Amino acid sequence: MMTMLKNLQGWIDARIPMTATYNRHVGQYATPKNFNFWYFFGSLALLVLVNQLLTGIWLTMNYVPSAEGAFASVEYIMRDVEYGWLLRYMHSTGASAFFIVVYLHMFRGVIYGSYQKPRELLWLFGMLIFLVLMAEAFMGYLLPWGQMSFWGAQVIISLFGAIPVIGDDITLWIRGDYVISGATLNRFFALHVIALPLVLVVLVFLHLIALHEVGSNNPDGIEIKKNKDENGWPVDGIPFHPYYTVKDIMGVAGFLIAFCWVLFYLPDGGGYFLERPNFEPANPLKTPEHIAPVWYFTPFYAILRAVPNKLGGVVMMGLSIAVLFVLPWLDRCKVKSVRYRSMFHKLNIGQFAVSFIILGYLGAVPATPELTIAARVFTITYFAFFFFLWLYSKNEKTKPVPERLTH
Amino acid sequence: MSNAPVDTGRRRFLTAATAVVGGAGAVAVAVPFIKSWNPSAKAKAAGAPVEVNISKVEPGQLIRVEWRGKPVWVVRRTDDILAELPKHNDQLRDPNSEEDQQPEYAKNIYRSIKEEFFIAVGICTHLGCSPTYEHNKFEQYVEGIRSGFFCPCHGSKFDMSGRVFQGVPAPLNLVIPPHHYVDDNTILVGKDKGEA
Repeated sequence: MMTMLKNLQGWIDARIPMTATYNRHVGQYATPKNFNFWYFFGSLALLVLVNQLLTGIWLTMNYVPSAEGAFASVEYIMRDVEYGWLLRYMHSTGASAFFIVVYLHMFRGVIYGSYQKPRELLWLFGMLIFLVLMAEAFMGYLLPWGQMSFWGAQVIISLFGAIPVIGDDITLWIRGDYVISGATLNRFFALHVIALPLVLVVLVFLHLIALHEVGSNNPDGIEIKKNKDENGWPVDGIPFHPYYTVKDIMGVAGFLIAFCWVLFYLPDGGGYFLERPNFEPANPLKTPEHIAPVWYFTPFYAILRAVPNKLGGVVMMGLSIAVLFVLPWLDRCKVKSVRYRSMFHKLNIGQFAVSFIILGYLGAVPATPELTIAARVFTITYFAFFFFLWLYSKNEKTKPVPERLTH
Repeated sequence: MSNAPVDTGRRRFLTAATAVVGGAGAVAVAVPFIKSWNPSAKAKAAGAPVEVNISKVEPGQLIRVEWRGKPVWVVRRTDDILAELPKHNDQLRDPNSEEDQQPEYAKNIYRSIKEEFFIAVGICTHLGCSPTYEHNKFEQYVEGIRSGFFCPCHGSKFDMSGRVFQGVPAPLNLVIPPHHYVDDNTILVGKDKGEA
């Protein structure tokens, strides 16, 4: 029996590099030995991606992509399809969970300098994933054809109208109609279930290949490849399997406890994961009292609203995301991890995180004159993070970085 | 493999010519994919003009009709409202409707053909929400002006001619759709007078 399996393995390996690929990426992939809590979120993002793909495929089996049928078909899934409610809530909760783990994953990259040389391309692939994820979430939110689906899409598509001269033609082209209609719904459905998931999977593949080419960063920000034993194995490295597969399963267990709690006890996320006006069918003649995007867009939305000029607001919102792309080149410091960087850097990251969270809150509540001023202040501090980082990182006073990993 | 000498200039020309022809083909084949996103013939047909009977609109009342899927307001303005309009030009971005947001015949302070009836697309020029009509309740937003439109999304404010106030996110006055009076009691929204 064993020899038969061995022979089969040999037969396959002579035709595609199965064992070699497994060893290169799992069995003998050298990983720094000091990964902490922050390193759960990459594998969790992969888990949520699988959840979204699976539940998404199952949802399309009963969903009707048309202005007449969409809302009713979601209700049908919720009430009449066996376990339809569970699949739907897994998908909608999964969308928010995706952004929670991705934001934490990105923040990990920021504090430990994982975007720095030689991981710039890895960071760029990650940012592209984030961008596609936002497009995916935005288009997916139109599909239930509720009030917030409709008016949220109305607001976001109108952003393109701010482009001088050709703006109105572009919005018409995106919608395929003079208003958001069934034509818009159908094309968003096509993009949401086919085009963007394909792009997303390719980008995730490239992200992982780029990661395994340069190797993982770690909380100390030290390259383990610089210190290898006589066999060429990094002294501070441990194989991904079994060490981190087991650790990541631990993370998955913790994640699933939180995820399932929301799934079963708070499936609308308190009105933040599924907004209440969305339980009403789309009505083009009646705007909801207060339009807010889903929570994961609110920080950027707050920046949009803070600027008292339409084009200016759109440009600032675009910049707030674009500036993240160039982070590897704004940070000119040679030391990666926050552990060995200056107090100023620690404070800067701290104020950045606080600004982001407060902007998220401000983008979710109705704008008043006082809150608009607050949004302006925190928009400035958001951008100040990048400006100050560029300014001080060149000649930053850093602590000595140890030769070997510490903890 | 022949041992004939390689004519690199000729080879480069052939490579470039092939790339250009291939590129042109790729651009040409992109056209149907991009064009198919434009409004279909059906969507265009659904954008036909609509007739509105205004005989039953009370003074101060706003009625909504749907044109191209957008809410179009018809407001019968009272004399009080009309008297208010010329008084706050200094608080507006574009009091004289210089921006091209209305047909030529509505380029006046009332932004309408007849002073009494105000016809506008009820969509905020900021991000496309529909403002609410604040009849005699507008003073909470702008002091001294009793009626106007307030957008609940981002707080943009418009007066009873759909002119935008300063210091709000909306950049432009509300759009006045092409329209004309078929007779005293009927308006046709979506078409200028005499237009085929």
